[in-house]
Amino acid sequence: MAKFTKKKEGDLPAVSTASLPDIVFMLLFFFMTVTTMKDSSLMVANTLPNASEIKKLEKKDRVIYIYVGTPTQEYQKVFGTEPKIQLNDKFANVDEVGSFILAERAKKPQELQNVLTTALKVDKEANMGLITDIKQELRKVNALKVNYTTYEGNAFNNLQ
Amino acid sequence: MPRRKGAPEVNAGSMADIAFLLLIFFLVTTTIETDAGLDRMLPPFEPPNEEPPIIKQKNIFTVSINRNGQLLVEDQLMEIEDLREAATKFLENGADGSCDYCKGRKDPASSDNPVKAIISLKNDRETKYSTYITVQNELVGAYNDLRNREAQRLYGRDFTEMEADYLNPETPSNVRDDLKDKVKRIQEMFPQKLSEAETSTN
Repeated sequence: MAKFTKKKEGDLPAVSTASLPDIVFMLLFFFMTVTTMKDSSLMVANTLPNASEIKKLEKKDRVIYIYVGTPTQEYQKVFGTEPKIQLNDKFANVDEVGSFILAERAKKPQELQNVLTTALKVDKEANMGLITDIKQELRKVNALKVNYTTYEGNAFNNLQ
Repeated sequence: MPRRKGAPEVNAGSMADIAFLLLIFFLVTTTIETDAGLDRMLPPFEPPNEEPPIIKQKNIFTVSINRNGQLLVEDQLMEIEDLREAATKFLENGADGSCDYCKGRKDPASSDNPVKAIISLKNDRETKYSTYITVQNELVGAYNDLRNREAQRLYGRDFTEMEADYLNPETPSNVRDDLKDKVKRIQEMFPQKLSEAETSTN
């Protein structure tokens, strides 16, 4: 009968996509909450060494970052190929480290000012001379807690 | 004239597209990373005219790295692979017998007890940073090995694991209070005394 013609066999029913926005929104909110925007772009090569006895740096608001490494390609013409220090988003000399730490410390809330950690993100090709100078500067401003930021891995891979 | 209906329904079909666009943006910009590394304390800055405390030579374990990445440990050339074992032996030597948990050989020419034992690390200005980190890693590893051993004996858990739980802000506070004493006790058994001397220039 014409009124009750069956649908053709093999014709799949359409999948409802009505809940698609909900799923996507859920994912969106997940990524929005876990995202941390990078506050400064790297201007130095920064391949960290490996270490196995590491501790996690909890609480990002208590960390001041110092980057050290050879300037990337685009900056090499101006700044040369010797390892340099990067503070926030500009290159700096060793004697500016102290005032940088003091300025960063002053920006933090009062109760955190005594528990700050300085994270040294140093390229594995850098020489210790520069690092020693930075450490001296840190000692002068009493920023004694440092963290040599590394990747997790076998420390002996550094030697190759 | 027919009466007008209420406000026309907004087509929500493109909602998914907009959400996808945002999703992809956040996917691309996200970096889920927690930094990790070797925690160290620098010695406080003191005026150069101050007299350094006198420490017996046998309680100091000197490690020097030269510019080629070679190690001189207690005036002898050593491979980095052997450093951890040598440092462990030095730390738990226990020559004066006051350390009842030490399993060292009680060599009178080596450290008195773990509390007095100091590791002194010296490096050249031209030492590569990666070599320095490897040496630091091995020395911290020596302390961690000993602390883990004692923590296993006393509490049946690794020290490093206990410390990570203690420092993790997500651990419930009653667990953390419990861990605090344990962590402290182990730390006092093998206090980390790792001194970094001024760098030599040649």
